[in-house]
Order: sequence, then C-alpha cells, then structure tokens
Amino acid sequence: MNIFKAIFHSSLGKKYIMGLTGLALFGFVIGHMVGNLQIFLGQDKLNAYGAFLKSMPKLLWVARIGLLACVGLHIWAAVKLVRENRAARPDRYVQAKRMGTSFASRTMIWSGLIVFAFIVYHLFDFTIAPDYTGHDDKGRHDIFKMVVLGFSNPFSAIFYLIANCLLCIHLSHGVKSLFQSLGLSTGQFRSLFNGIASATAWIIFIGNTSIPLAVLLGFGKEVLK
Amino acid sequence: MNLTLKIWRQKNADDAGEFVTYQAKDVSPDMSFLEMLDVVNEGLTSKGDAPIAFDSDCREGICGTCSLVINGTPHGGQKATTACQLHMRHFKDGESITIEPWRARPFPVIRDLIVNRQAFDKVIQSGGYVSASTGGNPDANAIPVSKHNADTAMDAAACIGCGACVAACKNASAMLFVSAKVSHLRHTPPRSTRERSTCPFDG
Repeated sequence: MNIFKAIFHSSLGKKYIMGLTGLALFGFVIGHMVGNLQIFLGQDKLNAYGAFLKSMPKLLWVARIGLLACVGLHIWAAVKLVRENRAARPDRYVQAKRMGTSFASRTMIWSGLIVFAFIVYHLFDFTIAPDYTGHDDKGRHDIFKMVVLGFSNPFSAIFYLIANCLLCIHLSHGVKSLFQSLGLSTGQFRSLFNGIASATAWIIFIGNTSIPLAVLLGFGKEVLK
Repeated sequence: MNLTLKIWRQKNADDAGEFVTYQAKDVSPDMSFLEMLDVVNEGLTSKGDAPIAFDSDCREGICGTCSLVINGTPHGGQKATTACQLHMRHFKDGESITIEPWRARPFPVIRDLIVNRQAFDKVIQSGGYVSASTGGNPDANAIPVSKHNADTAMDAAACIGCGACVAACKNASAMLFVSAKVSHLRHTPPRSTRERSTCPFDG
C-alpha cells in the first residue's frame, strides 16, 4: 500500500487529490451551468431537461455519489493542507510583504467553505426540499416555475449572486493551481492555463448569475400569474 | 543618513524573542546592509552590550549565507540581490527598518537573526548529488551535453541555497529549492543505473 501512503500522507499527494477532485467538480459546475442556461429557452425546454435527468436514476445517483465523494475528499485534503501550511510557520512575521499571491489564493479555504455552505443551502432550496413541487401541463416537475419563484425572493437571489462571486474567485485560482499541482503548468503552457482559469471563471460567473439577475429583472414573471 | 532599526533579538531556540529598537547614526549610503549592521554592532560592543548575531560569509552575493528579512521581504526589496549586496542608498534618511530572521519551522532560530538551515542539507543528502570518479580531469567532451540542457542546468544552478524561498513562501515550503536542485542535476550528464534507480532527484 505504498502508493496509498504516498498519496494520502504527502503534501504533493494531497495536492493531486485537491486537483483531480477539483477538476471533477469544475466539470460539474460547467455542465450544471450549461444545463441551467436552458431556462432562457423557455419553460418547456427546461422542464424537459429536468425530466430527462430524472429519467435515468441510476446514472443520476452514480453522479451524485461521485460528486459527494469528490466534495468530501476535496475538503478533507484542503483542511489538512491548510493545517500543515500553518504549522510550517509557527512564529509569524511581524512585518510581512505579500509576494506572488493573489487575493483568491490567500482566501481559498474561506471562499471554499462559504461556497460549500451555499451548496448545502442550494440543494435544500431546489433539490431536497423545494418550496414549489407543482407540475406543468405535460405532467413534468415545473422547474421553471420553481426557479422563478425561488429567485423572486431578493434575499435568496442576492445570496446566489454573492456565492457565485466567491465560487468564481475560488475557481480562478483553483483551476490554474490544479494544472500547477499536476505538474502540467510549465513553460509556454503556464500562461495558457492561467488564461483558461480566468476565462472560465468569468464565463461561469456571468452564466450562473445571469439566471437570478434575469428573474430579479422580471424574467419569467408570467408563470407566477 | 540616520535610521531607526527594529531588530529581532532572541537568545536561543527556546527563548521567546522580542524586537529591540536601535538608532543607526551617520550611516554611509555606500555601505552594504551588513556593513551598516557591523557599525551598529561596534557601537553595542563598545557599550558592553551583546552584538546582534547575523549570518554572513562571502559578502559578494554568491554564498547565500546572509539571511535577513528586511521590511517583510527576504534579502530586502531589491530584486535578485542578497542582503550583503543591498546598499543603504536604497533606503531613505530617517527611515524605520524592521529586520527579522527567516521564519519557518524547519529553520529554528539559533540566535537573533541566525537560523539553522541544516534542513536543506537533509534534502541534498536524500539524493541531490552526483558521484564523480576521483583522479585526473575527464576529457571535456567525453560526455556530450546539449546546449539546451547545459543552459537549463546552469539556470537552476543559480540557486545558492540561501533559504529565502522558504522564508518568502506563505506556506514556508522549500519547493523552489528542491525543484532548482532537481532541474540542475537531471540536466547534467547521465549517472550510473544504480544512482538512477535509488535517487529521487532523477526524472
């Protein structure tokens, strides 16, 4: 079990875990955003997408359990690494100048934990215990109406905006760090990966926040009548 | 020029340590940072006080012995120079300067601004070396090394092992030191199969 020990006991191994689970979660965030953006194609398309996901429960549960495992490992490795990092400098500098670190990199643990708290809230809000469980005229769960109802509450919508802001700050550093941790960010690839990280963080920010923003500005109000 | 120095004083590894403020008067702008400290120490010694302990050796910027965090930056604010090559003309008259030792768990303070950097020796002992046969010099081109590899190895060999990377890293990590040694040695001529199989420094 040397490989197991090497991965779970070394800081490098824990960074591989961070990177690979982060990559899986990043992939989910992209798929989740693309799926949800179908809200702008109308009530019928979004509800059909929801029914399509529900039509394959085995795959859905495999994905859910896989994501849960990724979240668990990601947080475990993060907490371990932060504790090890802090223990490596028990006596702090009285005057320290920050060098080569960004706001995102210094606050990864906090943006991550707040986003985790948001994900728990989000799951209860729309999956585990949604406020609205009605059906549309084709007998499908009316997700469109559920989302419009949910985001009509400005407090909820603003929480979604703030959480997505933190998520994208987290991703802007996380995506570039995963390439770094896996040893791929070398030479001319470094600026490419850094560019990918910033660009995808912005795309996800705009894509995800567009939904609560659109509802706040009156999108989909007709279904509430 | 006159300066106010806030310097870390610590008797030994077990002592808690504290900052003590000193006035450095009539400092020449042409002095190096270490020469300025030498003058301060002369004043302390003549008063019967214990001089400030700090590391230095070559004083020409190549040995990597000096280890001062000056105003929050290892070796001070001037890029690509060690503290011994940092001259006082880079400071303003009347400026207050904070001087701390490298702070990292693997670098325990020995006294004042001197830290124990043997942790780096352990890294090197774990495989950061090459075996060389004794005897006369080998023929210069007996083992061909490409220009690209020679340049890369030389770039990595610019690491003088001072420990500033550990001191600067927010996680006190020696990753830059280790990677410099790895890059240096893996681009040098091939080693015996025995070394290759046991040495973590071979890529």
